[in-house]
Amino acid sequence: MSFQAKAVIMNGKEMARAIKRMAHEVVEAHKGTDDLVLIGIQRRGVPLAKMMRAAIKQVEEIELPLGSVDITFYRDDLSTLGPNPKVAKTEIPFDVNDKTVILVDDVLFTGRTVRAAMEEIMDWGRPRAIRLVVLIDRGHRELPIRPDYVGKNVPTSQREIIEVRVTDLDNKEEVVIGEVNGDDPQS
Amino acid sequence: MAAWSWDRISAEYIVTNVKLCRGAKLSRRKGFLHVRRGVIEALGSGAPTVEGLPRLDGQGLVCAPGFIDLHVHFREPGQEEKETVATGSRAAAAGGFTGVVTMPNTVPAVDNPGLVRYIIDRGKEANLCRVYPTGAISPGRAGEALTEFGSMIEVGAVGFTDDGSPVTSGALMSNALKMTRMHNVPIISHAEDLSLTGPGVMHGGYWSSRLGLPGIPRASEDAAVFRDVELARATGGHLHVAHVSTRGAVQIIRRAKEEGVHVTAEATPHHFSQDHACCRDYSPLFKMSPPLREPDDVAAVVEGLVDGTIDCIATDHAPHTATEKEYQFDQAPFGVTGLETALAVGITHLVRDGRMDLEHLVRCMTEKPAAIMNLPGGRLEEGSDADFVLFDPDHEWVVDPDRFHSRSRNSSYCGESLTGKVVATFLRGRLTHRDETGSP
Amino acid sequence: MILNRKDVLGLEDLEAEEILSILDMSERFRAVFDRPVRGVPIMRGRTVVNLFHEPSTRTRISFELAEKRLSADIINFQAASSSLRKGETLRDTAENLQAMRIDMLVVRHASAGAAHYLARVLKCSVINAGDGAHEHPTQGLLDIMTMRQRLGDLRGKKVTIIGDIAHSRVARSNIWGLTKLGAEVTLCGPPTMVPGGIDRLGVTVEYDLRRAVAQADVLNVLRIQLERHESKSFPSNREYHKLFGITEDVVRGLKPEAFVMHPGPMNRDVEIASEVADGPRQVILDQVANGVAVRMALIYLLSGGDPGALAGGDAE
Repeated sequence: MSFQAKAVIMNGKEMARAIKRMAHEVVEAHKGTDDLVLIGIQRRGVPLAKMMRAAIKQVEEIELPLGSVDITFYRDDLSTLGPNPKVAKTEIPFDVNDKTVILVDDVLFTGRTVRAAMEEIMDWGRPRAIRLVVLIDRGHRELPIRPDYVGKNVPTSQREIIEVRVTDLDNKEEVVIGEVNGDDPQS
Repeated sequence: MAAWSWDRISAEYIVTNVKLCRGAKLSRRKGFLHVRRGVIEALGSGAPTVEGLPRLDGQGLVCAPGFIDLHVHFREPGQEEKETVATGSRAAAAGGFTGVVTMPNTVPAVDNPGLVRYIIDRGKEANLCRVYPTGAISPGRAGEALTEFGSMIEVGAVGFTDDGSPVTSGALMSNALKMTRMHNVPIISHAEDLSLTGPGVMHGGYWSSRLGLPGIPRASEDAAVFRDVELARATGGHLHVAHVSTRGAVQIIRRAKEEGVHVTAEATPHHFSQDHACCRDYSPLFKMSPPLREPDDVAAVVEGLVDGTIDCIATDHAPHTATEKEYQFDQAPFGVTGLETALAVGITHLVRDGRMDLEHLVRCMTEKPAAIMNLPGGRLEEGSDADFVLFDPDHEWVVDPDRFHSRSRNSSYCGESLTGKVVATFLRGRLTHRDETGSP
Repeated sequence: MILNRKDVLGLEDLEAEEILSILDMSERFRAVFDRPVRGVPIMRGRTVVNLFHEPSTRTRISFELAEKRLSADIINFQAASSSLRKGETLRDTAENLQAMRIDMLVVRHASAGAAHYLARVLKCSVINAGDGAHEHPTQGLLDIMTMRQRLGDLRGKKVTIIGDIAHSRVARSNIWGLTKLGAEVTLCGPPTMVPGGIDRLGVTVEYDLRRAVAQADVLNVLRIQLERHESKSFPSNREYHKLFGITEDVVRGLKPEAFVMHPGPMNRDVEIASEVADGPRQVILDQVANGVAVRMALIYLLSGGDPGALAGGDAE
């Protein structure tokens, strides 16, 4: 199975702009930053959440608490799981009770990852609310999940794949659309 | 010339085109065997001079005396689900045997003349090989008193043993040797110190340590062989050591023979060809008593057979049901079958490895065991009963227990490729086994 | 490194990388214990059978807790000790379980090799929870996990295992696992309890307790059950304690950073003095906690399906 890139749909500058816009929207909707916390979904949701935190700091001069969730243990289909021991960390170094959690992920597709992430966060406590931020919404939802903040809507076919690349993991920032040669599109 | 028919064997016929195995000589020239009314009328090299008799083309096969096994368990009476005298005899014939010595550890034990007679009668009914029972040394094999050797010999017992268990009491063993000396029959020793065996289920060594199974040390056999050899020395009785498995036992027997003690010994095919590493997958097919030992024990047993310290090969054919061999290793019973693989294991592991020639192997399965127990047969001679076997020493085959004639399937050679196959077995000139897959 | 196998029967069968993968995953599960909700839903709808053919409290509870924390459905099958010998064969038991369509079998059996037999005849995964005196892989893993938490890389570290090596499945699993990870293992115990040929597994045998203790980074002290010995391999608990018991005095001979482990349950004042069992050098309760994490990791890793499915990366 190999990924064949077709087009860059966002460059680094556009990504930064989208995140900055969403940061503004979050603060505005929440009327400030009180009891606001950020949690990124491993792996690419985490650097995006960090970018979010930096953007909010520029506006509000406050650094929000930041956590991460790895949803491996919350997946709904164990049989398609590659048991990858390099499971990334779930780290929530703050109390989530009565907080408003801003959950950040890179691409929203079927909605199953977000469902798993919400369940895991709930095992840490009872937040007052969870809001969802995604950089790309590519459609094809399988669960009744809707993002609160979207960087860019990208209509796709089932066979297409969207890759978000971030400096921490990929040494560049861009969003690429492509196709997979092989059986499995994005899970 | 009348045509040969496997289905209707004449009272008189000639087997031609065979390599006769007589004593220490395997004839290179093709020869013939003339059988008349169950007796060898004539034999020799070249073509037979008598005309007008039915002939069987031996197709160059080896013609040897029928094999004699001094150690089989036919399980009758009492454990007929494992084997009977009839099914065991069938397996014997399939392995080229025309005589077998049955062990008395049946249920109940063969410890009286009635049961000795019973076994003989069952053997005659089956009429596939000569069945020679041994009697127990002690009533119920309990090791407490002597059985009536004289009465049992009178009806046909050929020796005495408590096989399956040792005779723990040295005094009883000593008395048994004294009495059998008078009767001129051997005592067969299942040499084992049960206190050393303890809960052991396999050889005590690297593999038992690794597998976490309780081990049976070599000393369990060595110490018991030593005691019995010394009792034979002291009493002058004939001691036959069954299923020798250790280097130490071979040394003790070798020295005793040099010193003139009346001791003979047998080894099983599995003890000269397999070692304790076979147990690595916990398969109960490799669970036997005595256990498979270490490679240097195997080498010592082979050496003993080569130099004559160990006189003969005996199978210790010990059938068990498939269910019993499906218990966990430590719960499964001891023992493996052997009649139908003995020749092939001998050829594969002794002859082909260059350790002994084919004639020597055949003697270890014919005249030598016959001599130990004073049994007829074991030689191809004019005037002797026509008990003989035709085998192909080069035929390779894969052991498939489903093709066994024994009632049980517990062979330790399942799936192994062996060389040497019995093609036909004759008892008193009558065909008792013919291999459907082989020639002729 | 992916654990791509049906069964875990012993540390003998595992590669060093597999052991390390299991330990890494175990640390992940250990972290879950610190949350308000100490379980995860990943094994929902999976059925695990705990088949215990031998009495065991600790191991069974630890497995059960691990399975519950993974949200698996659990069936405990405690065979009456009479039906495990003759009567019902292990094969009958296995076929019954097969018919019930279970996903995984955790088996404890008094016979060495029993788990291997079940693994051969069953389609489901089998985890050996102790087979006779052969192996106890999850105990070995939790011991190694505990050592690694304190010592880091185990290469060149010196582990001394003390006690009845002959009858100990814990010892064998420790030996296999530790030697694979490069630790130097010394066995110490009465000569009647050290089986012949064991040094061929790459370990050193030392009968002098003081010497075995002095060089050790870890002591793993085995449980002694003299009453179970048929063949009088040791005269008395008192004599054992005198010659091989881990007392405060013995502990004083340890290197400063070295520590004491015990698989439990302990015979206080036989193989280990109460002062040591309750003292600052022991890590026994860490072992217990690690045990649940190790079992979670193993069950989880064995339950994973097609390892290629995630190769596309972390899409969505």
